Amino acid sequence: MEPIPAPAIDLISLAPVLVLAVFGIMVLVTDLFIGKDKSALVFISLIGLLMAAISTFAKYNLPVYSFNGAYVVDHLSVFFTFIFCISSALAILLSVDFNKREGIKVGEYYSLILFCTLGMVLLASSTDMIMIFLGIEIVSISLYILAGIQRKNVKSNEAALKYFLLGAFATGFLLYGMTLIYGSTGSTKLSIITNVISEDRIISEPLMLMGVALLIIGFGFKVAAVPFHMWAPDVYQGAPTPVTAFMAVGPKAASLAAFYRIMSETMPELSYSWEILLCVISVLSMFIGNLGAIFQTNIKRLLAFSSVAHVGYLIIAIIAKNSLSSSSLMFYMLTYAFMVFGTFGIVILIGQKGEENLEIENYSGLAYKHPVIAVTMTIFLLSLGGLPPLAGFVAKFYIFSAALKEGYLILVIIAVLNSAISFYYYLKVIVFMYMKEPVKEFNISLTPMTLIVISIAAFGTIQLGIFPDPIIALAQMN
Amino acid sequence: MFLTFLTFLPLVGAILLTLIPRDEEGAIKQTALAFAVADFVLSIYLWTNFDSTTHEMQFEYSVPWISTWGISYHVGLDGISLLLYIMTTFLTMISIIASWGVTKHIREYMMAFLALSTGMLGVFISLDMFLFYFFWEFQLVPMYIIIGVWGGPRRIYAAVKFFLYTAVGSLLMLVAIIWIYKAIENQTGVATTDLIFITNNLELPISPQKWLFLAFFLAFAIKVPMFPFHTWLPDAHVEAPTAGSVILAGVLLKMGTYGFFRFNLPLFPQASYEFMPLIAWLSIIGIVYGALVSLVQEDLKKLVAYSSVSHLGFVMIGIFALNHYGMQGALLQNINHGISTGALFLLVGVIYDRRHTRMISEFGGLAKVMPKYTICFMIIALSSIGLPGMNGFVGEFLILLGVFENNGLWAACATSGVIFAACYILWMFQRVMFQKLDNPKNENLPDMNTRELITVVPLIILVFWIGLYPKPFLKTFDASVEHLLTKVSPDNFRPGTPGSGHSTHAKLIRIEDIARLNQQQKETK
Repeated sequence: MEPIPAPAIDLISLAPVLVLAVFGIMVLVTDLFIGKDKSALVFISLIGLLMAAISTFAKYNLPVYSFNGAYVVDHLSVFFTFIFCISSALAILLSVDFNKREGIKVGEYYSLILFCTLGMVLLASSTDMIMIFLGIEIVSISLYILAGIQRKNVKSNEAALKYFLLGAFATGFLLYGMTLIYGSTGSTKLSIITNVISEDRIISEPLMLMGVALLIIGFGFKVAAVPFHMWAPDVYQGAPTPVTAFMAVGPKAASLAAFYRIMSETMPELSYSWEILLCVISVLSMFIGNLGAIFQTNIKRLLAFSSVAHVGYLIIAIIAKNSLSSSSLMFYMLTYAFMVFGTFGIVILIGQKGEENLEIENYSGLAYKHPVIAVTMTIFLLSLGGLPPLAGFVAKFYIFSAALKEGYLILVIIAVLNSAISFYYYLKVIVFMYMKEPVKEFNISLTPMTLIVISIAAFGTIQLGIFPDPIIALAQMN
Repeated sequence: MFLTFLTFLPLVGAILLTLIPRDEEGAIKQTALAFAVADFVLSIYLWTNFDSTTHEMQFEYSVPWISTWGISYHVGLDGISLLLYIMTTFLTMISIIASWGVTKHIREYMMAFLALSTGMLGVFISLDMFLFYFFWEFQLVPMYIIIGVWGGPRRIYAAVKFFLYTAVGSLLMLVAIIWIYKAIENQTGVATTDLIFITNNLELPISPQKWLFLAFFLAFAIKVPMFPFHTWLPDAHVEAPTAGSVILAGVLLKMGTYGFFRFNLPLFPQASYEFMPLIAWLSIIGIVYGALVSLVQEDLKKLVAYSSVSHLGFVMIGIFALNHYGMQGALLQNINHGISTGALFLLVGVIYDRRHTRMISEFGGLAKVMPKYTICFMIIALSSIGLPGMNGFVGEFLILLGVFENNGLWAACATSGVIFAACYILWMFQRVMFQKLDNPKNENLPDMNTRELITVVPLIILVFWIGLYPKPFLKTFDASVEHLLTKVSPDNFRPGTPGSGHSTHAKLIRIEDIARLNQQQKETK
């Protein structure tokens, strides 16, 4: 019998995924042999992420296709892999002190983050819908567990359950959409689908469009875009804070990367059908996200709504679908990672054991007890709002110029007006920090790992705001 | 490079202040003052070395910044920005002296002022649109903090209102900037935000010109503030601490008028011409409305704040007279308003520090207990009205001259503002300084001390200097205004010149044109 021919595989280009898988398993195994102190696991996972990040840049002549063109290492995926490694490393660093404080003593925590990172890399690198689905599932399942990792905390359980139910529902939509697209084009490979569309060989156009719509719904759930954002505030609030930060960045970036591949790269010629849909989603996300955030009194919920709004901005990049949009997506996600981890790092710092201090009121008078923390928080918040000279501004400038290049003037105007709205609630936090008297004593323990994360994030936010050139050049290389 | 050094010097000072322990208030204040004084003294060097015969940018410095996008750090000064730049360093110094009595979080206060100074200076020197926007937004945060932390009872409301108003306006300007960035790339193939390059090469049809003009207009009109966009100003002024008001009136509002000179006029000349009547009428409404509202204010600071709306209306109508006198007057009045209104806020601050109230009805007869104060106040009040021999007169006269050349009706309406100004200022002066001293709380008020005099006297000297010998100032503006006029002069858009199509102005043929036509006819014969 003829052996089934093995598809060509370029192992070097797959190195990040392999490294992450090996280290994920290693963490699991090591966990069996060490006691209650999990520092070794932290160490191993950080090494793993570092090695994955380095191996990302091992390949020079991009793009490299593997598995019969189901997996690609190209510029987009390299950059995103880099973002994932950074964000996961920051998440792990954030967790060290938090887990100690809140008594989360499970070793799986770290391996789940590694596996989730693996899923994100797959998601950003796949050019086949089956592979995309695999990636999404790996990411989602890891996140369901991570969200509920505080087993004794009711909120955490609620978050996990809610996230699981809605996530599973969304996965259904996604899969159905993929099936319909497969049905009308005859392939799951994105490159073949592109050819089918451009040669006008779609078997059934209505089915195809239906598939696209379902895909948008599915991805909308995954990235928490309006009107599929309902889960976000509850899950963000309930999940342990480092996990919230992690969820807000990595998985979102990965889904957006895959979304970008499917929409902008694969089906630009069908854009008449999905463009308007995405415009509506983007505008709604911005408005509902920003207006919703205004009424929040809990900082984690506020940040959840703000992240909904940010997805609105990011979708603009997908709508623009030109040479700038992929690079602006990358740049935005990188800066967003720094801003979000910084903010959540401070949220963790303000909390104490048994008392997380998540109300915005708890920040009253922070500026006079801990001026440096307050200034850093101000930097992150203003950067989220998009104020120069901070990274958030450059990122917004990037996305807006991508959109204006294609003439989406109205969309950009709506987006900038939303930035103005968003300033209102970011300022609200600043008002409490600087302009109100403290309601109670701050009892902040400056835990070193959290401080390291905050410093890295602050450095990134300022650096990318004032000297963004190297990173922009890197993002625009293709 | 020197300009960069001067601009970032205050920021360096602000960063150095973090090293001084919080309780050493003396050292903090002295360090802050040292940086402000150094910055001012060194900025004088710019003026002495300024070549006023050319409109070209001077002290220019350019280095690639975000080269992938063609954005560079490009700075320089010309006649339009030079004096605003020096006024900024000057008023920063004055406000730091005026803040000597601040006790609450003094280190953060001084840091905010120094950072604010860098932001404002950056706005005036930026010759790159991206860089300009960068500084334009950057100065927002320190000012917001200054109002919100050291302000009066409704400070949070005022601070947030100030921030959001400005942010909305400037974000639309950002869209316009990106639009131009794309347009210039399509048109010339060069992706750049360099303002000089764009000013020289951008050619837009009238319709986008109008939209872009409006986007920039909104940003700058909010900042100026022009009539319907002025509502943030009284709140911000009333709640801001004294020094904050000085900077707000003296420099921040000037960033708006400066923006018109730097962006609206040279980039969208035809749109400027088309919007001239609209802006003129808005300015006139602002002049009259501001003056009338000032008349009925009971709070001294609010009175001065509304008078700013009126005065800035003069500046705006001067700019949009689109002729030499008008623009020169507007530029000079920019400086004048910074001096006079800055001084008025300082003086109001002086009695507020003593009585903790600014209500006019609480005072009366102060001339008897505070003679020095009364004299200073009178000089500044008269300068604000525009008494001949003082700075306000020169500026307003030039502006009205320019406007009159353009449209007699506008000039007549605007002149009424001068009369109203005399009413509200003199009436206020009378109620505060003269009349009977019947409030016992005012009987033992100490007169101005040396520190307070140090803040006000230099301004008084400037009042007379500009009033009696304005030539050095006007000469500085001259070449730049002349150059600007070659682009935006209404003559460019009248019939017979390319790019125009306005039959409504067909009758307006200038005498020179007729003379030229006659000459041509003679030659052909």
